Amino acid sequence: MQLSTKHLLGIKDLPAVDISLILSTAAQFKEVLQRPIKKVPSLRDLTVVNLFYENSTRTRISFELAEKRLSADTINFAASGSSVSKGETLLDTVNNILSMKVDMVVMRHSASGAPHFLARHLPETAIINAGDGINEHPTQALLDAFSIKEKLGSLEGKKVVLIGDIMHSRVALSNIYLLKKMGAEVMLAGPPTLIPIHVKAALDVEVAYDLKKALQWCDVANVLRIQLERQNQVLFSSLREYNLAYGVSRKLLDSIGKEIVIMHPGPINRGVEIDSDVADGRDSIILQQVENGVAVRMAVLYLLSGRKGDS
Amino acid sequence: MQTLLTTKQLHLSLKRLAYQLLENQENLEHIVFVGLQPRGIQISQRIMEEAALLVSRDKLQYGILDITFYRDDHRDALHIPRETLLNFSIEDKKIILIDDVLYTGRTIRAALDALQDFGRPSKVELCVLVNRRFSRELPIQPDYFGIAIDTLPNQKVKVEWDREEVVIY
Repeated sequence: MQLSTKHLLGIKDLPAVDISLILSTAAQFKEVLQRPIKKVPSLRDLTVVNLFYENSTRTRISFELAEKRLSADTINFAASGSSVSKGETLLDTVNNILSMKVDMVVMRHSASGAPHFLARHLPETAIINAGDGINEHPTQALLDAFSIKEKLGSLEGKKVVLIGDIMHSRVALSNIYLLKKMGAEVMLAGPPTLIPIHVKAALDVEVAYDLKKALQWCDVANVLRIQLERQNQVLFSSLREYNLAYGVSRKLLDSIGKEIVIMHPGPINRGVEIDSDVADGRDSIILQQVENGVAVRMAVLYLLSGRKGDS
Repeated sequence: MQTLLTTKQLHLSLKRLAYQLLENQENLEHIVFVGLQPRGIQISQRIMEEAALLVSRDKLQYGILDITFYRDDHRDALHIPRETLLNFSIEDKKIILIDDVLYTGRTIRAALDALQDFGRPSKVELCVLVNRRFSRELPIQPDYFGIAIDTLPNQKVKVEWDREEVVIY
């Protein structure tokens, strides 16, 4: 048994059986991370480059830690301070790095489709998408699914609402694809200006503009970050107004009268999309998501590294 | 196909191994029995069942170890990991690894590496049902075994649990 793909570019084209394999493998890596020595030698013959053309805290540290826990050699590349500022193209940069005998590429890029472009030109190298523009963030969706499964036992039939900035969120798109494939029900909630108008027909999801109704419906609320850096026009009048209408507060949750699992991919804008007492509250699994991220990324790296012997 | 151990012989061997594993152990608190994934699980559980007839079951510390991440052939084919369950410290304990067939010794080498990540055992012993002699690729020998046989490299030895027999083909 192995993955049907050589790269992890997105969830859109990833079969459900691959998703299940990644999640079950991640469970074994989570056990590894509980051991006194949290490291296995599986990737000690490989070198992985982390190419980050866009800022990141969690994802970059999580990938780097996953690689180190697998005993891979790692190189970190940040676009700022590199020859990218001298005008070197993406393909040239990657080809130069690969000529130094690098085996796998983890890439985050602000342009949607950048990892797909690399995979087309470098079919022999495993490319892992760590977030591309407003397209996909597959490892985030996988770790979200892993965390839901860990908390609720399964994904099948679970009701998940994604709240907030759906339009600019690669986390939302990857989550929608993944949850649908694994048999969960998905609803999107937020202001009309932040939810693409045809999303309901295109992706077969429910849309609610009333946050309270959405929360009453769901088992899990995945609260997304308002991505101010990607908004080049005014889509809501102020952060305070957004918080009043779509911020998840303790008062709102208490008024619903049922337990909801609270998730957030981070970084959190406290007091905007989610209040601190909810983010740090008893139903929140936000820090478990971060913990699980390392195990899930170890699983992805491990399963894709195995392909090397195939050729 | 030839039968190496009939059902009756297999049962007797499991019983004998259980007696052997217990006879030299003065203090069971310092002993940990570890079944190796995947094929060492069933045999180790059967031996534990036999041992539980001799001493109280809750005195037997039993764990499961998967060695996938420590294999030396992982670039030849992708191996999917299975569950590891060692919910207790192995520091300064005596570990008895249990597997079904000892052949090249490479699985046991990987298991020894894997154990290091859980602590420093005071001693590690090996118990197998079938010892395929003269086929070792590493200097590893069992401390307890059910049956020792001489085989050719192209032969396969298997414990058929549905029929409760050990066969060679």
